[in-house]
Amino acid sequence: MSGGITKFAKANLLTQEAMCKDALDYALKDLDGRLELRDIQTTICTYFSDHFNGQLLFDSLTQDYLAMCPRPSMRIEGGGATGGLGIRAGYMDVASGLSEVCLVYGFEKMGEVSTEKGNEFIALASDTDFDFPVGGYYSGYYATMAQRHMHEFGTTMEQMAKIAVKNYDNAFHNRWAQKHERWTIGGVLEAPIIATPLTRPMVCVMSDGAACLILCTEEWAKRLRPDGDYAVITGLGCGTDTMRLGDRPRGDVIPLPGDERGKYDYIAGRWPGLASFRGGREAARQAYQQANITKPLEQIDFAEVHDAYASSELQTYEDMGLALYGQGGRFVEEGHPYIGGKLPVNPSGGLLACGHPVGATGLMQGVFALWQLQGSMARHCGDPEAGIDGSKIQVENARRGLIHSHAGTGTYITVHILERP
Amino acid sequence: MTHVYNTNPLQIGRHYEMDYVHSYGEVSDFFLGLQKRQLLATRCQSCGRTWLPPRRDCGACGGLTQWFKAPQAGKVHSFSVLHFAAEAFLADLPFVLAYIELEGIDTMFLSRVTGCKPEDVYIGMPVRAKFRRLVQWTPNDVVFVPAETGASAKG
Repeated sequence: MSGGITKFAKANLLTQEAMCKDALDYALKDLDGRLELRDIQTTICTYFSDHFNGQLLFDSLTQDYLAMCPRPSMRIEGGGATGGLGIRAGYMDVASGLSEVCLVYGFEKMGEVSTEKGNEFIALASDTDFDFPVGGYYSGYYATMAQRHMHEFGTTMEQMAKIAVKNYDNAFHNRWAQKHERWTIGGVLEAPIIATPLTRPMVCVMSDGAACLILCTEEWAKRLRPDGDYAVITGLGCGTDTMRLGDRPRGDVIPLPGDERGKYDYIAGRWPGLASFRGGREAARQAYQQANITKPLEQIDFAEVHDAYASSELQTYEDMGLALYGQGGRFVEEGHPYIGGKLPVNPSGGLLACGHPVGATGLMQGVFALWQLQGSMARHCGDPEAGIDGSKIQVENARRGLIHSHAGTGTYITVHILERP
Repeated sequence: MTHVYNTNPLQIGRHYEMDYVHSYGEVSDFFLGLQKRQLLATRCQSCGRTWLPPRRDCGACGGLTQWFKAPQAGKVHSFSVLHFAAEAFLADLPFVLAYIELEGIDTMFLSRVTGCKPEDVYIGMPVRAKFRRLVQWTPNDVVFVPAETGASAKG
């Protein structure tokens, strides 16, 4: 129905409560006063870690600050997929009839600790008996996945670098993006290495920020946006996988709706292993089934996917069925995920350029998707005074979009399909 | 003493630390085994799937598992040379994290590869377990080294 975000930043010195209020105010203002605070019947609060600020039950502080007490609320947490799971929970609230208007709001404030400490906190979201103690942390885990993908399919660092460059280029036209940086493929490849083969610009940054989405029944939607300028969630998927990456099976690909038999015989007995995200595939399968999608590349107009790493965006092309397994690199080389390509991926600039304040990230994707479907990217993402032309990242005639929220090494993944009514 | 970093807005330092009395529970034997230079895995009595790290209950079918000794030689399934890490491991940089394939084990075991230059590690590289003599009771009590190095296990 409506959404709002704060500009994600390395450090936002407002309190989390005030950041959430700013995001909410943006969403309400966009409805020109047609929705009042008292119309909101339930809320879902999404944030990831109590460690970053040492405040437990932060959801209570924000619920209070947003003047939402004593209405029903719950906190949803699922690592990097916290925001996507929050949308799912908000959908459940409305679809079950428990709520006609649900506010899903989320935040993260990661800048109060050093980057090294922050990485350690995030690493505590991996197995602390077996994986973290040997020095495991997320960039390392993703790097081993990328390395395996390169080994199995011949994927190259150049292909991953292209994805990073694409997302930074898109972000130039988005005033909400944190990084307005020009990168070249060579520059990405020569940048300092975080964990081979990933260099710094292939990895997203920890950030502070908040975002919100307002979900409601169709009746409310027609009242709030009489001109039909809203989006309908037509498919929801959620998949999971083992916390320890090494415990994943090596079996057969989960087919997507419409896949012919034998399509994946060439990797039978090897999937997902370390190269792919089983949870993402399962989430896509469910969402496509509900939204009647059998040819995702033709039937979806754009996607905002969880590019915490340039490599994971490449892997996600394959899990979402946009490219065959092993062909994610070719997908980018052929130009498909660019603005003007067959299916623009992360026209906003994604996590790489916007940042990843965990609990807000999945909601941010929902906000960008709504604006794409409204055709309002120019108005929301442009800033004429700063010379930012948001129309450059508006996907022409966008009717259907996909958002993909992702936790751990793919331990929770949600996929939502949003469409124009 | 409280550190003040800024006054507009006011930013102060806060400190927090905690010691845990942590139980390895039903997989304690794995850690106890490391000091005996054993890599203990479990095998499901119902479906036969093998687990390292071990599980009491099979993660595929829920069946009860049994302990057995896993082989100590295998190969690198994938790896990364880390040049950045969580705070606790900064002093170790750069180091190699690798998923190790072992014959007869259906999972892959995350460990460090030492005993060679990080840039010499490759996928498929034969490695063998090397156990730490002064145990820490963590998975760091075992690392993997290139299989061709002859030196006996010391640490």
